[in-house]
Amino acid sequence: MQLTINGTAHEITGDPRTSLLDFLRHDCGLTGTKKGCDHGQCGACTVLVNGQRVNSCLTLAIMQDGHEVTTIEGIGTPDAMDPLQAAFVKHDGYQCGYCTPGQICSAKGMLAEAANGWASFVSEDLDGKVELSAEEIRERMSGNLCRCGAYSNIVDAITEAMSTQTAGAE
Amino acid sequence: MTRSLTMDRPDDRNRLDAMAQGVIGQPLDRPDGPAKVTGTAPYAAEYPVDGMAEGVLVTATISKGEVTAIDEQSVLSMPGVLAVISDQRMTARAAQGGAGEAPVQQVRQVQYYGQPIAVVLAETFEQARDAAKHLKVTYREDDDAVTDPHDPAAPTETYDEPIDQGNLAQAMAQAAYAVDVTYTTEGHNSAPMEPHASIAEWDGQTLTLHSSLQMLAYNQKELADSLDLAPEQVRLISPYVGGGFGSKLGISPEGVAASVAAMQLNRPVRVVMLRQQVFQCVMRRSETTQRLRLAADANGRLTGFGHEARVSNLPEEEFAEPVTQASEFLYPGEHRRLAIELARVNLMTAGSVRAPGEAVGMQVLESAMDELANAIGMDPVELRLRNIPDQHPSEGIPYSSRKLVECLKAGAERFGWDGSDRTPGQRREGEWWIGTGMANACRVHNINEAQARVTLSPDGTAIVASDMTDIGTGTYAILGQIAGEMLGLDPADVLVQLGDTTLPPGSGSGGSWGAASTGSAVFEACEAIREHLAEQLGTTEEELTLKDGFAIAGNRRVALPDLLAGAEVERTGHFKPGEITEAFAAAMYGAFFAEVAVNAYTGETRVRRFAGAFSMGRVLNEKTATSQCMGGMVWGIGSALTEELTFDARDGHLVNPDLAEYHIPVNLDVPHLDVVLVDERDPAGSPLQAKGVGELGICGAAGAINNAIYHACGVRVRSFPMTPDKLLAELPDP
Amino acid sequence: MRPFQYMRPDGLGHAGQLLGDGARPIAGGTNLLDLMKLEVEVPDRLVDLNRLPLGGIEPTDNGGMRIGALVTNSACAADPRIRRNYPVLARAILAGATFQLRNMATTGGNLCQRTRCYYFYNIDQPCNKREPGTGCGAIGGHNRIHAILGASDSCIATYPGDMAVALSALDATVEIERPDGTSRQVPVREFHRLPGDTPQLDNVLEPGEVITAVILPPPAGGRQLYRKVRDRASYAFALVSVAAVVRMDGDTIGSAALAFGALAHKPWHDPRVEQLLAGQAPSDALFHQAADLLLQDAEGQGENDFKIPLTRRTLLAVLREATGGAA
Repeated sequence: MQLTINGTAHEITGDPRTSLLDFLRHDCGLTGTKKGCDHGQCGACTVLVNGQRVNSCLTLAIMQDGHEVTTIEGIGTPDAMDPLQAAFVKHDGYQCGYCTPGQICSAKGMLAEAANGWASFVSEDLDGKVELSAEEIRERMSGNLCRCGAYSNIVDAITEAMSTQTAGAE
Repeated sequence: MTRSLTMDRPDDRNRLDAMAQGVIGQPLDRPDGPAKVTGTAPYAAEYPVDGMAEGVLVTATISKGEVTAIDEQSVLSMPGVLAVISDQRMTARAAQGGAGEAPVQQVRQVQYYGQPIAVVLAETFEQARDAAKHLKVTYREDDDAVTDPHDPAAPTETYDEPIDQGNLAQAMAQAAYAVDVTYTTEGHNSAPMEPHASIAEWDGQTLTLHSSLQMLAYNQKELADSLDLAPEQVRLISPYVGGGFGSKLGISPEGVAASVAAMQLNRPVRVVMLRQQVFQCVMRRSETTQRLRLAADANGRLTGFGHEARVSNLPEEEFAEPVTQASEFLYPGEHRRLAIELARVNLMTAGSVRAPGEAVGMQVLESAMDELANAIGMDPVELRLRNIPDQHPSEGIPYSSRKLVECLKAGAERFGWDGSDRTPGQRREGEWWIGTGMANACRVHNINEAQARVTLSPDGTAIVASDMTDIGTGTYAILGQIAGEMLGLDPADVLVQLGDTTLPPGSGSGGSWGAASTGSAVFEACEAIREHLAEQLGTTEEELTLKDGFAIAGNRRVALPDLLAGAEVERTGHFKPGEITEAFAAAMYGAFFAEVAVNAYTGETRVRRFAGAFSMGRVLNEKTATSQCMGGMVWGIGSALTEELTFDARDGHLVNPDLAEYHIPVNLDVPHLDVVLVDERDPAGSPLQAKGVGELGICGAAGAINNAIYHACGVRVRSFPMTPDKLLAELPDP
Repeated sequence: MRPFQYMRPDGLGHAGQLLGDGARPIAGGTNLLDLMKLEVEVPDRLVDLNRLPLGGIEPTDNGGMRIGALVTNSACAADPRIRRNYPVLARAILAGATFQLRNMATTGGNLCQRTRCYYFYNIDQPCNKREPGTGCGAIGGHNRIHAILGASDSCIATYPGDMAVALSALDATVEIERPDGTSRQVPVREFHRLPGDTPQLDNVLEPGEVITAVILPPPAGGRQLYRKVRDRASYAFALVSVAAVVRMDGDTIGSAALAFGALAHKPWHDPRVEQLLAGQAPSDALFHQAADLLLQDAEGQGENDFKIPLTRRTLLAVLREATGGAA
């Protein structure tokens, strides 16, 4: 059994109890994905599985057999940051940095969801085009706790990264 | 070479403003940012170490008594299990901030539910966690545990010296306006996103601990004392700390357990606290009961001021939540009583949680002040403006720089404050009552001994080194900016090395003292380097200009590498708080302005707008200082609306030890935060003219929200957090 | 987490065989793994259903919809047909948990979500649901989030989810495959149980049975609302929630289907309240009558007493909105 992480195949061996999170951190040495609570209550472990954001602490590595996982290491590097990462730096969308990889993976997932027209709890219209207002971003990023309290800057960072990307696409 | 400064008097030279580089205060990005946003910054548990065993703590399931037996055999046969350790060196509590010695170590003497009593070691984390749950422990249980912090029968002692001046009762009786109210606040958990984590390696001589800690120089002594080693035998490494908020001020049980295990097993050991353990056995902020007595004359000027609090802690702990800390000097009133009663209870250790004292003291004081303003019928901003004392009301000493008036005005302007009609229940938008409220912010200024080494390399770049930590506060950024400003360098050419006890001992991060203290040590080192360079250039330090890598004096302009001529210059700055701490009442000030919506049906409160104006002496980095203020305001929202440690009074166990049921604010709870930094220099604050910023944003914030709720719907909630159930009873029919 | 054997059945029948004593099915895993880490759940066999063909949202012959048990909460809420025709369901799903969790959680799994009772979650505390016969820690302990309706002396836990509350209002049906390969259908309203003397049983699933789908009746139309009251703005369980499907007939209420979350061991549905409302002109007096009836037998445990007035007020808000404003 194997899964693909950031484009590289990894064999899944060992204890079936291993969460995807611990598999990434311990077995693969990909410590960018963080363990904050281990119970799906903080979002620090957010990664993308087949393009969708999930809490990697609440799934077993063995259940992800054949799937494609993207972690923060697959999104950008210090020398080649993704626009979202650069926007987090510019807007100080982090302080201690521990929730940050999860925030960024989550934001990636959120942008894809919005592009697919997924509504949120705060959407007025379930069926309308999704405009990621600040309020929409706040709700959609509420699965990522930040104890340092960088939320306001996180929203600003995502908003700017979106506009950059939109401008780039146009 | 070391240059020392003991701060006995204000430093009026204001050297930083005389520098030419122009980087101090600038909103520069954090140099550690790219590592953090790409997941490449290593936190304590993330060092690849070969042959590492995994440990999981076992915690007590009684509140008081003794562990009479630990049945190791119950787990040793489980796959991968290596050992069960319940060693006398292990610690039952975390050390209080700045302790510098081992905390209570008798792990088999249980004093609170959730106390660490053993650690189980196994080859893998899953094996260790399972075995820890499986371990059979026998107890002898005492029947005199005090598990209800509000238990009137709890043994209580008076903490510190109460302040008693004049006759407060009489002042209350004779006052034109008087408020006598009692509020409660519940316990808080720091809940840093990174759980407490340690990797210990023992080579027979030296113990190396990768750990998540705030004050390494102290932690080194605490760990060494716990293990009966010399401090030199202990090396702590902590370059990235995933949040601390007080909970990592002292060495915590997992670090000592990992060390003991590594020494016993003779192999590296990692122990990471489970999130539930971070809640159960690190530090809590005590719950408080606070009585406020405010007596005012016809003009709204305070004549009497009383602030009395009851808090709790475990036996043997010296710490008591210093609830009245800012009350001692923020407001006038010649008739005064300030006192703290400390109840001894068998609940997890109470200790420092972000802004101990003011976080909960100010929010209650500022709510009571709002009650006074309403009683008078006065704009609460005006009430604050009329109550700024000329000198410390008890000690008679002067204030250092205090920009409270400027903060009140700047905050009111930014928010668009209208305090002319404070009648509640006047504004309704659909289902929501809308209201505004304000509060003062105040936090004492602390400084702490610190050393830092600055090395100017022959190539004209510099290295700043200290065991100081950056717990998200921006230390990497600001130390680089201080050195850059002083030495005329682009901060990109200054490498800041932190979080390793092989480096000179810094102040550690805590009590908002990190920047002013370790920053001053960097400043001192740089001044010494400047003196050396001036000498080389044949001028005086005062006449020397350093800018963009050049030394300039008179008509001469020499590139640093040329001036250095192949030699590096290394100086250590040593900063010590001196008589200055007694000579002035030094504090940071600010003002909060909040707009809330209270649901008329359900009592749910949402903060719609939140502005704060703050003064903290010189701002060292506008971006990170702003972030610190924002973070505090988010904590204020949590303290106001959601955060509450709930203990079962029957056995003292924490009912909500996780992030699902202990509600820290989520993104949707927080509106855009509007922070105004008020320009200030405080010569008594530090040679940098800077004070602290890490805690100010919480100190009073929840009071502004309380006051806004009252203004919105007419319900005065005197019990924090103000959850819907507490509003419901008095909320008008929808 | 206790060691377990991980198994991947190659078909539904196989799954049924594997799901014997001590086995647990896993789909999204968001609740089960949480509980396994705490050793509240200690299965010795984990049967991974994720590769079974239980996905997809399809129309049914009678104009309803069939939601496969493995359809994630996110996919269900994002389905254009669900959003358009069953907005109360989409709203309820979106009110629960977070995007990350909903991307994992499945329709079948969410129905089986276990209580959030503090004492259930703590293996060192008594709990009749977790360990029958040990007592109930919440009675006489902390019970702010606990039941005010349908509780028993052995358990006052609530069903914590949102989706099922909407499904109850919609009168959806749970499709279940028995180990012998036959299938049965249970109305959502009868799927969850009251605790009685056997609080360890959350629902009517028998050992070896697998939820295969949830079937929605044809669209009910009307005004569909999901109102959730909680302690923080997002990512929190309900203190009270109300799912409402209200069809107006001119100036009177044609029909009102109502279900309530966080009040009981199951999504609470009281047909008497619906009968009271049907055919009546909306008015506050009527709404209060409805609340009186709904809460006739409500009983607080101390800390959760507030849920009684909170439910009344929330119902009032929902009925006013659903019937077109304050009456």
